[in-house]
Amino acid sequence: MTMLPTTTGGKDSTSGGSGESGGAEPTVASLSALGWARWVWRVLTSMRTALILLFLLAVGAIPGSVLPQRRVSTEQVQNYFLDHPDTAPWLDRLYLFDVYSSPWYAAIYLLLFVSLTGCVVPRAAAHYRAMRARPPRTPRHLSRMPYSARFTTSAAPEAVLAQARTLLKGYRTEADTDAVSAETGYLRETGNVVFHFALLALLIALGAGAFLGYRGNMLVVEGDGFANTLPSYDTFFPGHAVDEGDLQPFSFTVEDFRASYIDEGDLSGQADSYSADLTYKAAPEADEQTHELAVNHPLSVDGAQVYLLGHGYAPEFQVADANGDVVFDQPVPFIAREEATFTSDGVVKVPDASPEQLGFSAVFLPSATEGADGELVSDFPDARDPVVTLTAYTGDLGMDSGRSQSVYQLDTGDMAEVGDSPQLSPGDSWELPDGAGTITFTGYSEYISMQVNSDPARLPALLAASAAVLGLLATLLVRPRRVWVRAKTQDDGRTVVEVAGLVKTEGAGATTEFHRLAMTLRDRLRDRPATDTGTKE
Amino acid sequence: MEHVLAADAAVDQNLASISDGLIIAMIVAYAIALFLFAIEAAYGRREKLKADRLVPVAATAESVPETADTAAAADVPVGAADGASTGGYSAHSSTRIDLDDPDDDLTVSVRYREPEARASRHVLGAVALGVTIVAFVLNIAQITTRGIAADRWPWGNMFEFVVAICLCAVAAFLFAAIRYQARYLGTFVLVPVVLLLGIAAKWLYSEAGPVIPALHSYWIAIHVSAAIIATGGFIVSGSAGITYLVAHRTELKRAAGETVAGIAAKLPSSALLDRVSHRFIVFAFPLWTFAIIAGAVWADEAWGRFWGWDPKEVWSFITWVVYAAYLHARATAGWKGTKTTWIGLVGLACLLFNFFGVNYLFSGLHSYA
Repeated sequence: MTMLPTTTGGKDSTSGGSGESGGAEPTVASLSALGWARWVWRVLTSMRTALILLFLLAVGAIPGSVLPQRRVSTEQVQNYFLDHPDTAPWLDRLYLFDVYSSPWYAAIYLLLFVSLTGCVVPRAAAHYRAMRARPPRTPRHLSRMPYSARFTTSAAPEAVLAQARTLLKGYRTEADTDAVSAETGYLRETGNVVFHFALLALLIALGAGAFLGYRGNMLVVEGDGFANTLPSYDTFFPGHAVDEGDLQPFSFTVEDFRASYIDEGDLSGQADSYSADLTYKAAPEADEQTHELAVNHPLSVDGAQVYLLGHGYAPEFQVADANGDVVFDQPVPFIAREEATFTSDGVVKVPDASPEQLGFSAVFLPSATEGADGELVSDFPDARDPVVTLTAYTGDLGMDSGRSQSVYQLDTGDMAEVGDSPQLSPGDSWELPDGAGTITFTGYSEYISMQVNSDPARLPALLAASAAVLGLLATLLVRPRRVWVRAKTQDDGRTVVEVAGLVKTEGAGATTEFHRLAMTLRDRLRDRPATDTGTKE
Repeated sequence: MEHVLAADAAVDQNLASISDGLIIAMIVAYAIALFLFAIEAAYGRREKLKADRLVPVAATAESVPETADTAAAADVPVGAADGASTGGYSAHSSTRIDLDDPDDDLTVSVRYREPEARASRHVLGAVALGVTIVAFVLNIAQITTRGIAADRWPWGNMFEFVVAICLCAVAAFLFAAIRYQARYLGTFVLVPVVLLLGIAAKWLYSEAGPVIPALHSYWIAIHVSAAIIATGGFIVSGSAGITYLVAHRTELKRAAGETVAGIAAKLPSSALLDRVSHRFIVFAFPLWTFAIIAGAVWADEAWGRFWGWDPKEVWSFITWVVYAAYLHARATAGWKGTKTTWIGLVGLACLLFNFFGVNYLFSGLHSYA
């Protein structure tokens, strides 16, 4: 695709490639490489191909909304693999879990953009020439135009043309010997070119953003701090060009978290609002500032954005092992099973306990009550009566095996279950069976799940998108049209006036407009003596 | 740490029940208007339309077509005869206009292959338009009272979206009726409106109340409003598109010598309907583009990325691409007319799927169902 796009619109007579196609017509069967390239280019830049590619772009996007996508949720993809062990690997081979970063989807949109470039660049050049050119000369037979009108008047031809010029306000006019040629609506093609170039710019911005930006997620418990370094993140997705040293050196502390819930009616339990107070420093030596972080109110610091995505409970536990040594004392973030009640699951891993390691799987109920079948449930997301129940295990947590482990899952393969705890309220302790140790539910904190985004392409992408909208408006609303008015003296001394109009785009409105123009011109010439025209306006 | 109970989230119950009463009133009013419009469509007389943005001069003038067979043109739309007998722009009519002034010698020639613009008119149609306006005002009142009752912007759940979309579709129709004399679309716009409102009242209804924190943003006024208004425009465009297909079939049948009866026989020319359909896509498409961009800006603020291929985002993108294809197809020879209209209807189908299907079938960040 290194060819110059000179073949569109059949205007290639001046370019170097015209010799081949002009002279050696009979040798169609043995097209030269250049001939093939030209043919491919012409097909690729045709509107029909663009239409087909647009449809492929739409159809290709569908599987991404039906099947789980890795970049949206790796967990859902894993679940899909578990549920459909036969089909999932095949779907994966077709990149159907990464549709929008798949080679075939990239092929569609890259082809589309090549097609678009090949179409728009020559059009932009042609439009540039058209903008500088004068309106075309008046054709000889105006009656062949889509709209034409003819009438006679006593006004002199010069007066007719002068009046026509004043009527054609907003048109670019050109005087011929006995006629006025006028054109308007150049903005349509300008808008068209701007729109398509803006789309190209948007694609480039998106690509640059994926290359230069990064995204990371983490949980921060109330009262804890965060420094923007790689180890602070739970998950981190860097762009190809992002280096660990590039991370902005900001830090912050989550001072306080507040949540409020609707406590009455149908929507009881739905969150009404939540927000966190942060103190932050843009750099280690910078001044400390405060920010109230909320769902629609991210923190913007040094080109990165910090978001509040969600929240949860982090019950605090103190664990003493069989020897009576306190080997664990910290809050543990639990994952909410359901938003409506915030019944949360979590695990406590105590690797330092001796003689054997201890592990607990636990359920946290913020507002514990008895359910319909007598079991313990939470009936409200707020911590009205927090209760924890635990199942304890002893043995090997498997944390030294080198395999990566989720902090939310307990690998009980090498552990033995030792029993279930009673309900524990804050301050309650549970003595493990066989003197294996003691666990105390000392209280609870809340954590917030956060995301840090650094995407240098955000602003360019927004600018490109805004330019696209403006270009779109121009190209859809401006109607380019040409008007000619010719005035000639007839044998009987009267002047014959011909008005003709041509719209380059479809549209019935234009005929109406041309008609109105012709009638106005006629009326003005009739109402006033010829000498008056043009002097009052 | 502190926990605040949202005691201030109380809903004004009086206003909320007024609002609920208005739902029934407005559905009944729309249904009556629909009935009256149907009578106009079926039993009206075909009358000429004035020239306007969408009706060309040639389609209104007292024209004596030079080439067309006048006997055939007496009762049959001229376009059928023209299109069958002559190609290109040769169906050319010379016309004298302004016959009240005998001195005037203005002659107009319009080389436009366009039949006369006629539409079925009945006195009940004017009544229907009045009833529609009443229903429209009830619709506005319903949305306003609900917004005040819940003390928030009144589009935060599926029920409210549907009601607001219907409002915008009716607003677009009223605009078309007044500006483009497109009262003939009444039946075709009000059928989906009444259906949607019925579905909303029966299955989607939820009490006036507060919304989830992600929706606490002024962006709801910008992003959702733009999407709703664009959807209203697309619905009117789709109604005109379906009408176009019926009218086109009628013209083909007539050209083949068959007789057509009923509402289909009294529709305006397919060319006019095509222009109406196109007009509303031209109106709605930039708004839809803007809605997507505003949504991206909001997503950047609320969810930490401006585009994340959430199902809603995917389908709004698909809808955008299909309507973009519609606009390109219109500019491409060989795709004009029926094919293009079908693309527009596919776009509307994607839009509706995005609205209903995505909210109920897929789980995503936009699941407010």
